[in-house]
Amino acid sequence: MAVQVLIPTPLQKFTADEASVELEATSVDGLIEALDGRYPGLKSRLCDENGKLRRFLNVYVNSEDIRFLDNQATALNDGDEVSIVPAVAGG
Amino acid sequence: MTATLSRSPLAGPTFTGLRCKECGHPYEAGARHVCEDVCFGPLEVVYDYEAIKARVSRSTIEAGPASIWRYRDFLPIEGDPIDVGTGFTPLLKAGNLARRLGLKNLYIKNDGVNMPTLSFKDRVVSVALTRARELGFTTVSCASTGNLANSTAAIAAHAGLDCCVFIPSDLELGKVLGTLIYNPTLMAVKGNYDQVNRLCSEVANTYGWGFVNINLRPYYSEGSKTLGYEVIEQLGWQLPDHIVAPLASGSLFTKIRKGFDEFIKVGLVDEKAVRFSGAQAEGCSPIAQAFAEGRDFITPVKPNTIAKSIAIGNPADGPYAIDIANRTGGSIAAVSDAEIIEGIKLLAETEGVFTETAGGTTIAVLKKLIEQGKINPEETTVAYITGNGLKTTEAVASSIGEPYLIEAQLDSFKAAWQQAQATHQG
Repeated sequence: MAVQVLIPTPLQKFTADEASVELEATSVDGLIEALDGRYPGLKSRLCDENGKLRRFLNVYVNSEDIRFLDNQATALNDGDEVSIVPAVAGG
Repeated sequence: MTATLSRSPLAGPTFTGLRCKECGHPYEAGARHVCEDVCFGPLEVVYDYEAIKARVSRSTIEAGPASIWRYRDFLPIEGDPIDVGTGFTPLLKAGNLARRLGLKNLYIKNDGVNMPTLSFKDRVVSVALTRARELGFTTVSCASTGNLANSTAAIAAHAGLDCCVFIPSDLELGKVLGTLIYNPTLMAVKGNYDQVNRLCSEVANTYGWGFVNINLRPYYSEGSKTLGYEVIEQLGWQLPDHIVAPLASGSLFTKIRKGFDEFIKVGLVDEKAVRFSGAQAEGCSPIAQAFAEGRDFITPVKPNTIAKSIAIGNPADGPYAIDIANRTGGSIAAVSDAEIIEGIKLLAETEGVFTETAGGTTIAVLKKLIEQGKINPEETTVAYITGNGLKTTEAVASSIGEPYLIEAQLDSFKAAWQQAQATHQG
């Protein structure tokens, strides 16, 4: 399952300045592991010590906030676009 | 970009950098808004309060311009501000509304007549665009529920900055027209505000623009502190007992509090407990829901309310707003769209102030909290009215009267007048 991941500016130092990367994953949790496999250390930036996404990060699958889906268990399908966005914006 | 800032006690900027509000990690005062090295928490401006204290007094402030820039030592800019006359809006003693609601000391802070675009957003944008210019941006942008787009487009026009703003495509006509008139590029996004906001965060990643409420957010949000300072000064250098303000992202609420705290810190006002209560529309009330359930985290919602200007389903500062309401003994409540319309009408009929849906929400929540016994009648209470009703006429168009259509003849007038009196007495 190849999915496209949009990487926010603060994390692009991990991805050699790539704003978008393609990875294989079947769930958001799996995607976080896959990201960490390719870019070691990225998981600890995205998640707290319990593996839970940090409070100030939002993750969207095809533009839908995963909190409206199955959170980190949200399934991913081939061609999905996942966007990681710092939460503190707007208003 | 601005690594070293002057800290002379009498001149130059009074801020020294940015710092994560969560973990305290320091950053230079550039265009950034999240704690990118550690926890992604929000960044805040760090001030040298000793320098501010050495520089300001009640009399130096009173001698300043009748705008937010009388408080410039508390704002994160280095040089000359973009001054479009923003701020120092009226604080009305609302005697009629107070009597109607059963209060004794009620004030309306009326930012519906703020300059240049008739909402409190002119405060934050004046600060953000001043800082944007200092940081070298030539194009500015924002994700807006309407008022912010108006303000960003207008002040960018005045400052000679290029402007591209983003709004949800279903906004009120007045908000759309009130942006387009300044000739920015306007993107009407098919989606709600939270979708607009996400898109803008993605755009901000790849375009070198100054987004007032994204990469300039630490500076931008500081502009709202002036709503705290002004109320203190207009109350005769005193704090109120209770404030009620609308909650969208929650930023305004936290910055009014910060404004109060800063004036206490530098000795401009005596310390006093102030209760903070927040207002949301039932159709978009993630903060009120979390407050009611005793949660300190927000579960996002999909907005469905006429109060579009405060329809943020995923509010960035929601947890901080809950914390302030809890710590100060305030409350956060939500009201229905019908109550919001009644709130707009009540403020107009009693005080001659025509506010938009956000203001209707605030008045309706004020009424609700009084009915629930959560506001003491003796308290000096300030309700923050943040926008102008002429921008959201659709919301009330079918809920107000109609004119009597008459001939240009005395008989026609007499008949209509009798009918009008019967209607009013009935």
